[in-house]
Amino acid sequence: MDPECSQLLPALCAVLADPRQPMADDTCLEKLLDWFKTITEAGSSLLLLQENPCLVELLCHVLKPQDLSSRVLSFSLRLTGVFAAQEDCFQYLQGDSSLFVASAAGQLLVHILSLSMRGPAEGPPGLQADDWPACAQKIVGHIEESLRSTAAPQITQALNVLTTTFGHCHDPWTQVLWVQLHPLVAALLEKDPVPAAHSLVDLLLSVARSPGLSSSSCGLWETLAQTLSHLSPTQAGLLALGILKLQDCPQALRAQAFAVLLQPLACVLKATAQGPGPSGLLDSTSADSVTADILLPSKAACVGLLCRTLAHLELLLPLPQRPCPWPQAPLLGAAVTLLQLCGGSGSPASDEGRQLCTLLLGCVRVQRAALDFLGTLSQETGPPELVTQVFAVLLEYLRSPDSSPTVLKKAFQATFRWLLSSPRTPGCSDLDSHALLFLRELLPVLQKRLCSPCWEVRDSGLEFLTQMTRRWGGQAGFRHALLASEVPRLTEQLLRDPESYVRASAVTAMGQLSSQGLCVPPASPEHPGGQQKSLLGELLHILSTDSEGFPRRAVMQVFTQWLRDSHADVVGDTEQFVAGVLQVAGQDLDWEVRAQGLELALVFLEQTLGPPRSHCPYAVTPPVAAPASPLTQALQPLCRVRLFEFAFRALFDCDRPVAQKSCDLLLLLRAKMASSSSLQEPRSSPDVASVEAALQRWRAGDQAQPLGDLEPEVVLAVLRSMDLEGLRGALAESSDHVEKSPQSLLQDMLATVGILGENEADCY
Amino acid sequence: MKLYCLSGHPTLPCNVLKFKSTTIMLDCGLDMTSTLNFLPLPLVQSPRLSNLPGWSLKDGNAFLDKELKECSGHVFVDSVPEFCLPETELIDLSTVDVILISNYHCMMALPYITEHTGFTGTVYATEPTVQIGRLLMEELVNFIERVPKAQSASLWKNKDIQRLLPSPLKDAVEVSTWRRCYTMQEVNSALSKIQLVGYSQKIELFGAVQVTPLSSGYALGSSNWIIQSHYEKVSYVSGSSLLTTHPQPMDQASLKNSDVLILTGLTQIPTANPDGMVGEFCSNLALTVRNGGNVLVPCYPSGVIYDLLECLYQYIDSAGLSNIPFYFISPVANSSLEFSQIFAEWLCHNKQTKVYLPEPPFPHAELIQTNKLKHYPSLHGDFSSDFRQPCVVFTGHPSLRFGDVVHFMELWGKSSLNTVIFTEPDFSYLEALAPYQPLAMKCIYCPIDTRLNFIQVSKLLKEVQPLHVVCPEQYTQPPPAQSHRMDLMIDCQPPPMSYRRAEVLALPFKRRYEKIEIMPELADALVPMEIKPGISLATVSAVLHTKDNKHVLQPPPRPAQPSGGKKRKRASEDIPDCKVLKPLLSGSIPVEQFVQTLEKHGFSDIKVEDTAKGHIVLLQEAETLIQIEEDSTHIICDNDEMLRVRLRDLVLKFLQKF
Repeated sequence: MDPECSQLLPALCAVLADPRQPMADDTCLEKLLDWFKTITEAGSSLLLLQENPCLVELLCHVLKPQDLSSRVLSFSLRLTGVFAAQEDCFQYLQGDSSLFVASAAGQLLVHILSLSMRGPAEGPPGLQADDWPACAQKIVGHIEESLRSTAAPQITQALNVLTTTFGHCHDPWTQVLWVQLHPLVAALLEKDPVPAAHSLVDLLLSVARSPGLSSSSCGLWETLAQTLSHLSPTQAGLLALGILKLQDCPQALRAQAFAVLLQPLACVLKATAQGPGPSGLLDSTSADSVTADILLPSKAACVGLLCRTLAHLELLLPLPQRPCPWPQAPLLGAAVTLLQLCGGSGSPASDEGRQLCTLLLGCVRVQRAALDFLGTLSQETGPPELVTQVFAVLLEYLRSPDSSPTVLKKAFQATFRWLLSSPRTPGCSDLDSHALLFLRELLPVLQKRLCSPCWEVRDSGLEFLTQMTRRWGGQAGFRHALLASEVPRLTEQLLRDPESYVRASAVTAMGQLSSQGLCVPPASPEHPGGQQKSLLGELLHILSTDSEGFPRRAVMQVFTQWLRDSHADVVGDTEQFVAGVLQVAGQDLDWEVRAQGLELALVFLEQTLGPPRSHCPYAVTPPVAAPASPLTQALQPLCRVRLFEFAFRALFDCDRPVAQKSCDLLLLLRAKMASSSSLQEPRSSPDVASVEAALQRWRAGDQAQPLGDLEPEVVLAVLRSMDLEGLRGALAESSDHVEKSPQSLLQDMLATVGILGENEADCY
Repeated sequence: MKLYCLSGHPTLPCNVLKFKSTTIMLDCGLDMTSTLNFLPLPLVQSPRLSNLPGWSLKDGNAFLDKELKECSGHVFVDSVPEFCLPETELIDLSTVDVILISNYHCMMALPYITEHTGFTGTVYATEPTVQIGRLLMEELVNFIERVPKAQSASLWKNKDIQRLLPSPLKDAVEVSTWRRCYTMQEVNSALSKIQLVGYSQKIELFGAVQVTPLSSGYALGSSNWIIQSHYEKVSYVSGSSLLTTHPQPMDQASLKNSDVLILTGLTQIPTANPDGMVGEFCSNLALTVRNGGNVLVPCYPSGVIYDLLECLYQYIDSAGLSNIPFYFISPVANSSLEFSQIFAEWLCHNKQTKVYLPEPPFPHAELIQTNKLKHYPSLHGDFSSDFRQPCVVFTGHPSLRFGDVVHFMELWGKSSLNTVIFTEPDFSYLEALAPYQPLAMKCIYCPIDTRLNFIQVSKLLKEVQPLHVVCPEQYTQPPPAQSHRMDLMIDCQPPPMSYRRAEVLALPFKRRYEKIEIMPELADALVPMEIKPGISLATVSAVLHTKDNKHVLQPPPRPAQPSGGKKRKRASEDIPDCKVLKPLLSGSIPVEQFVQTLEKHGFSDIKVEDTAKGHIVLLQEAETLIQIEEDSTHIICDNDEMLRVRLRDLVLKFLQKF
């Protein structure tokens, strides 16, 4: 502990020990505790206590019966625990109104139990519960009593303590504990409704996951099965998901859990079945009336259950231990049916179906959840007729004027995923003929969406276009369909959209289209026959004039990508391009634009000097070979584009990420210099001195004076003389390291107490 | 109370309500869908239309080829378009006392009723309704009269011939009653019979009922009506809207506690959400114009067009359409745009406050000022010199059978760059387009109907809780094309009573009370007696005088002195006999106390039996029964009048007399 803190500590301990000076905020106590933890982890706690007797005084003081606030008591006890484990009973703390205290009390109980069961040096206590230390028996007794209670909060606390216990302790005694408490837990299931269902689910899953318990011998599987059937469908879903995630679990239980999870969707399929035939999900689960009872009477319950079910199944799908066989077809059917019901295109024959239709019509939450789920289902394929239905319902959503912007966004995402998964001809990465047919229907919809009055819609349309172009931009079928549509031209027009997010997305989309040679020369009615601006010119214009940051950032990303890909517009005169972009980016007020400028500079640097020595031995060597010419000569292009002036300026940027990035770039360059054969002696010249002087002024905040044309030799000399490592170290310190210091925390706490005291004085 | 249903069109209603002694017509809608069976009236000679082949029967008989023309498989009547009028035979329309108009779309049949049925009553409507209704009628008359058509076909209407025609002509109803459009003179005469009213104004009809218009939120000046007597209340809900568009919001609270709520004029497109449709409209408009195409919007000269112009005002700059001209062509375009700005008190709150800034309530004023929106009475004249393409044209008539729209359909129909966007929900767009096929132009259907949908209706009914709901039969089942959509019908308890064209409904409630006034001097003479705390009774003898549906109790004339002569009394001199009035009794008999009293008076051996309606007191010794019920007491004794009188007096002790 540094001396400044040691000086403040006695005053703070005095405040904590004084019941008349309440601590208003327990988060600072938590922070204080964290700090003590780091101190004790770093050094001897005994020494700490010896050096700071005020701490021992505080702990002794707390033990005396008095009106101390439970927060300070909890803090002191935990502090005691940090210094040395102390055994006592703190059960009464459990019910405290402070969340920290209640949770700490619970955790403390677990730790005490665990410590007491670890036992003294002569060995752990026997596995017979009667042989357990008194302290452990008392805690178990308390838990048992709580489990028998009729008050839900008490049961919840007991269950939470047990959940933590089984989560942290995996010694053999935990099995004894479970065997002992198991009947009480099972008894909770007899109650209707099951109390503290959520905590109960947590406990059972914690027990099931515990490696210390052999599940089969403790009746756990039976309890889980029983719980699954006792909990309401809304509560059972989480348990079912947890069971299905378990590695070793009886097949029957897994089947039961999966059935519980599928029930709501089975209900939907049953309610909307056109004919009497079974529809897949129904084979394994009976769409029982309980679920139907939950689904049908209220919209809120129905929507909540369906959304949770879809989210659970979505989580389950990518897991290796997901049920096998996976009912892909019925699940696809269910997702499509739900979307149809929500969109009003479903035509259920039964009364239940019609009722469901009325509940779900236009329900955005279910639409979003079902579209997400449908997208996830694209990892697997399905029967062709169902896949056709999937594309049909997606098109319906993309077309519908009633689709909300968020629903549309999800529909675009799901469509992209399904297009990705659509079967392709082997050896050809183009879209298959069905997908191309779909694309031909999709593009007019996309066209219309790009003209939507709602900017979110235009934005997600552009994102979708960018994704598609990135993936299929090189494929003949896609190119043909896209070029036959108005989409590229509309995208170009959106570069001038009034909404900055849309402009940014349009920039990204146009960059992508242009990279793939999919930009048509614009023939806008505004400039009939006039000289058309090139896209490069247009993007530079946005970079230098757009009032919002997002479009400018997007332009920088596009430019970086273009430089990386040797885009035709860039290759013509790369140096002029880089010089122009760096000049504009260097003056940008948005630090992300400046940071991206450094990224572009780095790409240029690598292209000029060759890439850094790769860490990966299998890295592909890029076409631009490292120059064999002397380093100074190689640096000439960098000097010509004024890369160094840009980088040096960035080095003293007021935004830390920019400075860090620039530092990294210059360090990289210096590493290059070191590795270069043409090492030259540092040359002390008036040039170098004046540059260094200018940099000193820049560092001090006066960046008015430009550096002017720099010679490679001067740059090298300046680089050698700079303490870049030191600068990097300073930049790595978080900017708020002063505010986060323990000294500051102690001062703050004392200051708050002072204010409280003053207020008190005012009152009297 | 009866309802005569003269129109089968749920959004163009025409019903007659007989309530107390009044006959009230509720709305006067004109079904113009009949015009879809006719060929369009081109503004300039159209070679395409005039060269359409005549239609002949399957057997080659071509006797109808002058009247009927064929276009792309559809048959059209080549004649002046005709309209389907409300029923005129179901009830003698000359007996109608008043006509209540709810909005300008629901008054288009007015000249047919007021000018040709012997109608002598009054029409009530709000000022914007009348002014804009006049514009709609003027436009209609103008559209039809400016292209006089020599031919008037009638042969096809013959019932025997109509059977042979293809659909939909074959199935057209009551073609014999279809009529040509009225003249401007008839319009003026009809409108002169209208008396202007304001929202919440109470209008007495013959002292029998009171009618009140309420804001319905659908259009400028649109109203629902309350028709009430002292003890009965009928609400008439016509086109209403809960959306925030330009009109004053709907007054729902005043509809509460109705005995009967007549519900018409719900949205015609219950599955289309107006917001989504406006978005669709804007997207398609921008898409077309950006591709260098023209956009045609067939529309009425008032109503949704104000909202569309407002949306475009906000949208065109963001969509980069600032340089695209918007044209509004209608004989009444100028008046409509100007009228909308002066009816501030009929507008929604937002627009009303603008007037005090002062700013025009609608932004189309600014569009006109900046030359982005131009309006013309017709495409002849200034328009042809100003006309620039690509452009957006708003013009009528939405049926595509007459008006300047016919010209633009012919002009732009051949290019797939152009788009026609249907926003008015009154006509099936496919039928409207039929005589223009084959058509290269793109067609977009974005019906914008802001009237109540079924979800809103169900909330409204829960809120206002009418005892009975009466509605067109179309609202009591899902639309035929979406039979599973149980949400697309009215769902209320008790189920609504439905009506169809030419049906007479006896409304399911009986009038039970009538208000009667009492003259002051008669009231002075009353001597009330309090029989319970807060309840006093008095007897009154009076003469009931009834005039103009008002009932008054007047003091009876003084009894005439018995005259010595043997003059015959005249019937009118018969005065009610007031002398032999027996006092009225009130109160109840507490059995236990009554038994004690009997015992005090020497009766013994008394038994009391409880019965369903009261008690029986048995005097066994005297062989007498006293049967006490809630509203009667009987003493049954065996011819012992003395005993009966004694017992009666004991009973009377417990009762009050007055």
